[in-house]
Amino acid sequence: MSNFFTTRLFFVSLALVVIAATLPLYVSGYVLGLLTVAFYFGVFAMAWDLLFGFAGEVNFGPTFLIGVGAYTAGILNAQFGWSVYPCIVLGALASVIAGLVLALPALRVRGPYFGLTTLVAVLMLQNFIVVFADLTGGEIGLTIPDVISINAGTNYWIALGFMTISAAILYGLSQSPIGLVLQASGQDPVQAGALGFNIVKHKLAAFIVSAFFSGLSGALLVFYFGTASVGTVVDVAVGVNVIVSAVLGGRRTVLGAALGAIFLIVAGEFLRPTGELATFIVSAVALLVVLFFPGGFLGAALSREARS
Amino acid sequence: MDMRLSNRAVLEVRGLTKRFGGLTAVKNLGFEVNSGEIFGLIGPNGSGKSTAMKSVMGIERPTAGEVIFEGENVAGLPAHKIARKGFGMVFQHSRPLNRQTVLENILVALLPDSLFMLFPDKALVERAKWIADRVGLGNVMHRRPPTLPFADLRRLELAKAIARDPKVVLVDEPFAGLTRAEVDIFSDLIRSFRDEGRAVMLVDHNVKSVAALVDRVLAMYLGEEIVTGKADEVMRNETVRRVYLGGAIETHARPETSFKDRAPLLQVENVSVFYGKAQALENVSIHVHEGEFVSVVGLNGAGKTTLFNTISGFLPYGGEIVRGGDKLRGTSPAKIARSGLVQCPESRELFGEMSVRENLDLGGQHLPDDKRAAQLAWLFELFPILRERQGQMAQTLSGGEQQMLAIGRALMMQPQILILDEPTLGLAPVILEQLSKALTKLRETTAITVLLGEQNVTFALPHADRVYVLEHARIVWEGDPGRFASEAGADFL
Repeated sequence: MSNFFTTRLFFVSLALVVIAATLPLYVSGYVLGLLTVAFYFGVFAMAWDLLFGFAGEVNFGPTFLIGVGAYTAGILNAQFGWSVYPCIVLGALASVIAGLVLALPALRVRGPYFGLTTLVAVLMLQNFIVVFADLTGGEIGLTIPDVISINAGTNYWIALGFMTISAAILYGLSQSPIGLVLQASGQDPVQAGALGFNIVKHKLAAFIVSAFFSGLSGALLVFYFGTASVGTVVDVAVGVNVIVSAVLGGRRTVLGAALGAIFLIVAGEFLRPTGELATFIVSAVALLVVLFFPGGFLGAALSREARS
Repeated sequence: MDMRLSNRAVLEVRGLTKRFGGLTAVKNLGFEVNSGEIFGLIGPNGSGKSTAMKSVMGIERPTAGEVIFEGENVAGLPAHKIARKGFGMVFQHSRPLNRQTVLENILVALLPDSLFMLFPDKALVERAKWIADRVGLGNVMHRRPPTLPFADLRRLELAKAIARDPKVVLVDEPFAGLTRAEVDIFSDLIRSFRDEGRAVMLVDHNVKSVAALVDRVLAMYLGEEIVTGKADEVMRNETVRRVYLGGAIETHARPETSFKDRAPLLQVENVSVFYGKAQALENVSIHVHEGEFVSVVGLNGAGKTTLFNTISGFLPYGGEIVRGGDKLRGTSPAKIARSGLVQCPESRELFGEMSVRENLDLGGQHLPDDKRAAQLAWLFELFPILRERQGQMAQTLSGGEQQMLAIGRALMMQPQILILDEPTLGLAPVILEQLSKALTKLRETTAITVLLGEQNVTFALPHADRVYVLEHARIVWEGDPGRFASEAGADFL
């Protein structure tokens, strides 16, 4: 685990980031905008993979964490006039607190019930936003007065930098001793307990980290869009996209999740001329990968390496 | 130094009781284990020995009783706290981290229960290497678990259990799935734990397999202690002999030549089955004539359930299974069952939230209404208690009633061949008697061919026309039940 800096994965990742960083010099603002959104989604998917791939807990409501972060940041800016950066930080913190409140009781229930709890949390958040429309903008959405930057290139670099740093932290964490313990608890909780590990504590920590990055990314996305709406950061369909991205990219790989998210968003956009069919085609590809390559893009490559 | 203090038991268990709902799995169990001692907890399947071990480790929370470790009562603490106090447990089934190396897998066991260790300590890596050498994994420590043979995966489990230098090591069925040569190597490893001054507690099915290894044995049955003592004393104990071998057994074998079919109805020929790397069946050949009652006896883990699941079409296998002249390979389990080769599985697999009647009706689903009614009436003759319980949810029945329902549901399918996998599992003697009577009736009044798997010899022999003994994945004895006790019985103590 100490020799990551000599692995092929590291060099490929480094090359990809360097190439991505030069894109604003020669591609259109339209492509940059698309990738900016894709990068924020990449962080959502990586944060989700830490929970599913390592802690073994299926969080059906990634948008609960994302939405709390996004809306907290948006409301503080739009309704209370706070400046952008404190709003982003507080958005991430609100997500952590919301995650704690949800996970503390939810991690005590076993099996599918954890997933169901997280799903219900999304529906409750969605309801809250619609009911308290004065505060949240309701179904129409909340217009955010401030943005981080109006320059497409700057926004792109911020998103790329944010995703790269998040990837480094989340991947590093997943390969650290904590990641190993987390993986052991996810795979065989009884044995991990008998080895002396407090499983609930480790899973809770994973949930908090996941919540932090989801909330932070959600808040950043709001200040990129200039709006916060249920359809973009809370809806169950958004959460499904996050989950599909992570599974598509490869469970237990963290980095694969980002690849999956970028693929999903870019492919959806390329297929836009096909109209309503676009979603169908992307979903069909995702379904085929899940059915026939459950390891995902990166998972398949990594496990081939592991066997050799 | 006070000699009494240094000789005091490291682990003392007093009045340990564990109940699951209405079922008492462990009842008022007491024993002590000293450092530098190997202590065996022995009992047939369903006797509660594994539950007792899990209750000591904190994986199950004891209902009552004390688990005193070095003078401190740890009963009721969660497993991770008990582990940190100085306990290690070797699990029977391992699920190592497949993307990490053997060394990293051992390293996991050495990590502190902390959220702030981002980089592994050099000292921990050195210690992990030392442990890998210690259990004989030195040459493969940089390989990943999927590339290792089964015995090495078991070594990895040992390595993880002793990683943090525990004072008490618990071992669940140390020799399951190992070859004879490997058994010797693992025995030596476990002895070396004792020689380092650890208290070792083993759980296994019979005294004989661990007799050479243990210093003292506690034999238990139905959750309670029968006797504690040296292995040979326990093997001589009358109650132990009765539990494992039964008293004088009256057999009613019909000679094989009395069955009229020229080729046996069911032929299992040289069947081998693997679970990953572990061989569960090795060139097993058995045959059953039409109308015959054949018992396959063997201890837990010998491969009985695997044999039956293979016949029922659930597992891929080498060799051939022939029924009535046709090869069964390629036929789906559902089709095999519908065609009259019906298994009543060890785990019963009742539909717990459906009523007794619904369970039975599902078994007789394919029958026309009048035939089903007739079959049901016949079944209620065989198991009258089921008639009374018709409206009750299956999961609320007692263990014995559940077993009758499971057999009843299988009989509703009007089997030609009925496979019964350990029907006596965890049942009290009085229930066994009722089941035994039902089997006698089945044998005398119907033409159903029965293949019975049992570790309870007392139950398996009286009905059998012929007996096979399955041991370590192989058939080691075949013959008349009357000759069993003198020729093969000693292995069952």
